[in-house]
Order: sequence, then structure tokens, then C-alpha cells
Amino acid sequence: MATRGFTGRRTPDDHAARTPPGQALTTDFPVLSAGPTPKIALADWSFTLKVGPRPVAKWSWEEFSALPRTSYVRDIHCVTTWSKLDTAWEGVLIDDVLAAVGLAPPTGFTLAHGFDGYTTNVPTADLVGGKAMIATAYDGAPLTPDHGGPARLLVPHLYFWKSAKWVSGLQFTERDEAGFWELRGYHMYGDPWREQRYDDDA
Amino acid sequence: MSLADAPRISGWRSATIVEAAPLTPRVKRVVLGLDPPLRFRAGQHVDLRLTAPDGYQARRSYSIASGPETPDRLELAIEKLDDGEVSPFFHEVAEVGDAIDLRGPIGGHFVWSVEDGGPLLLIGAGSGVAPLMSMVRHRAARGDRTPAALLLGARTAAEAPYREELLALAAADPSLGILFLLSRESAHGPFDRAGRVDAASVRAATAGWPGPARHVFVCGSNAFVNAAAEAALSGGAPPGSVRTERYGG
Repeated sequence: MATRGFTGRRTPDDHAARTPPGQALTTDFPVLSAGPTPKIALADWSFTLKVGPRPVAKWSWEEFSALPRTSYVRDIHCVTTWSKLDTAWEGVLIDDVLAAVGLAPPTGFTLAHGFDGYTTNVPTADLVGGKAMIATAYDGAPLTPDHGGPARLLVPHLYFWKSAKWVSGLQFTERDEAGFWELRGYHMYGDPWREQRYDDDA
Repeated sequence: MSLADAPRISGWRSATIVEAAPLTPRVKRVVLGLDPPLRFRAGQHVDLRLTAPDGYQARRSYSIASGPETPDRLELAIEKLDDGEVSPFFHEVAEVGDAIDLRGPIGGHFVWSVEDGGPLLLIGAGSGVAPLMSMVRHRAARGDRTPAALLLGARTAAEAPYREELLALAAADPSLGILFLLSRESAHGPFDRAGRVDAASVRAATAGWPGPARHVFVCGSNAFVNAAAEAALSGGAPPGSVRTERYGG
């Protein structure tokens, strides 16, 4: 039923096809996170790959910076209802992280970990095939701490809480293990086009 | 309460505006009547959804400012964003009696119950006071005397939501400290301090405590939250104690 007196502000037609249901476009880049913004010195930064509990590879910032780099432009969608079109990112594709250690995707699920203790789960298939990266630059400049710098996971086709800020590693898991927000009522997968915001959304 | 006991998020349901009045020139108090009630924890939010005649919908999240003890009357503090789509509707169009679609409660991180204990440090600005107000009201309704302090940033006393209610609560409860940080006005009394939330004001508000803060909740715009979380940490709050909620996203 219509809300009395509400007309709303439509997304312009040329962008409507790129805006998932329930989202509104923004040109800002809002910041959302569950705690204070951590300050991570590049000298203290590292990135670890684990299979289950077992570490299989670890990079320093310098070592990670030597991996092949990729740039792409994507639309991003936050569960708090903003979407931002044409965001430009640069970093290392998960494909290239795996290739650097000669690893095929070892399990069907992945848990991303952040330096702040944050976790989020993503099916491994959604990380490979050029879909996801460890992003270290946004819009041509090093990623700022507010937006997850030095490095964040970027999975642009899922709601943005899946793109863990201040990422410290990826852990491949046998089962789909709920992360921080997923334990608190948010959806296990988070497809913006199906409005999978909360755990009882289909 | 463990995560597993948290109230489930409802599907879309209808609520009715039963009260609407300005709290400050920019923040409007909107009370939604709910039958049946909506069980929630202090600090959680709800999603509201507005529908245009052609079916177009807009939804936004708003923190609940009322305490969990009145689950049939949810109070929201809605700040007007001049270039907004939903907040101007609540400021200029919505009236008592209107039906609004609602879903919730949402969020299991920025929550506090008296069972969680303290000391409890709350820092907010603007409509960011809403979830903190829910915690303060919850604590008062339960007769809890956990050491608690609320620091509220505002430009002037008249722009600080809930000022009178908070001063009355603090007057009746010596274990609750209230400090208004006024950035564009000098202090009116002992509950005010000129300036912004900083380490010194955090230390002043928590001076009588038996130990450091156990739970810290910071809510407001991103710029405010960054500064206030830093102030809490340098004012003595242990790392890992600070939870944040950032508006404008």
C-alpha cells in the first residue's frame, strides 16, 4: 500500500538498470564499520592464506606488492541502501593470490579475516574467476584507513559488508561458516539483486 | 543474552505514527505504535519503507531511541538531511495516524543490556544519540546503577536532543554522568563544557569510576565517530571496548 504523501526521488532511467531493488545512488563514499578505525603500519601488515586452521602462505606488504596487479571499475552496493556506480579499484585478484602459491581453490567456502577481528564468509566461487580482489587502491590513490586501507577484500557483486576492510587473510573452510554480521542476523550470501539483506530473505 | 537468543528480524509489517514533534530544530521525534509489540535490545535499529503510488519504494535504517521496556511504542529521532529523500518526508509530510512499513529489530553488535554490566561509556552527536538514549532509558527502567556516562556533542544546548530528560535522569541517579560538549556556545551549567569530545572530557566524565570503561558505544556521523572513538581510547578506554555506529551511510 502506498505511504500517504510520499512520491520519492527516482533513480534516473539511464542508471536504473544498474541499481538493485531498494537501493539509492550516492556520489559520496559513506563509511560504515563496527569499531574504531585501526591504524596499520605497512611494516606490520601481512596477508595470510589458510586452509582450515593451517597457514599455507604469508606475505609482507613488500612481497604482496610484487604480485600481479589488476584494475577494474565496478558498481558497489551497501546493505544500508546506498549504491555507488563506477568505482575504480586496483589490487591483486584472488586468482593471482592463489596462482602465486600454485593453489587451486581448496574448499567451497572462504572466511575473510580483518586486523580488527572482523570476519565475513563468501563462497570461494565468488572470489575467483576475476570477480574479487585484495584492493589496495581506490580511485587512483592508496586506500585510506576509513575505507579499509592498507588493503580490503573487494567482492563488488555482493553487499559491501562482504568486502572486509583491513583484511589480514583468507581462510578456506569446508563448511559455510558465518562471519561477524552473518552471526548477527545478516544473510549468509548477500546478493543485492535478490535483496538478501537479512537471514530470512530468500 | 547470547547471539542465539537475540530477537528475530520480522518481515515487513505496518506501524502507525502515534506522536510526532520536534526534539530540536533539525531532529524530529517520531513514535510508532506497534500491535503486536516488537521485542528488541537497546541499541538496535529498524528499517522503514515508504511506498509511492506507482510502487516505487525507499527504505532507510533508524535507531530506536525508546527503551526495550515499551516494545509497543518505538521512538525514533529523525534528523533532517536537506538533500535526503526519506527524512524530509518525516519532517514535512508525515502526520499522526499515518501508516509506515517497518522491519526489525536489526543489528546485534551495537547493543547493551544491564546484564552486560559496566562501566558504560556512551558518546554521541545529533541523531546519533538515539541508540544511546535507548540504553540510558533501559538502564533507568530497570533501576540499574551500573556506573555510566553519556557525552553528547552539539553546537548549542538547544540543538542537543533529550537535554531536559537526560538532566532529570542524572539528577535522580548519581551513578549516571551527563556531559554536553557545546562547540558554538559557552557552558550553561555543570553539565556543560565548551568544546568538542576529546580525551580530557572523557576523563572528566569517567573520573569517579572504579575502573576503566568495559563497554563503549559511539554513534554519530563518520567524522564525529572517528574523533570520539579516538578520544575514548586516549581517555582511558581499553582497546577492544569500543563499538561504533556511523550515520550517513
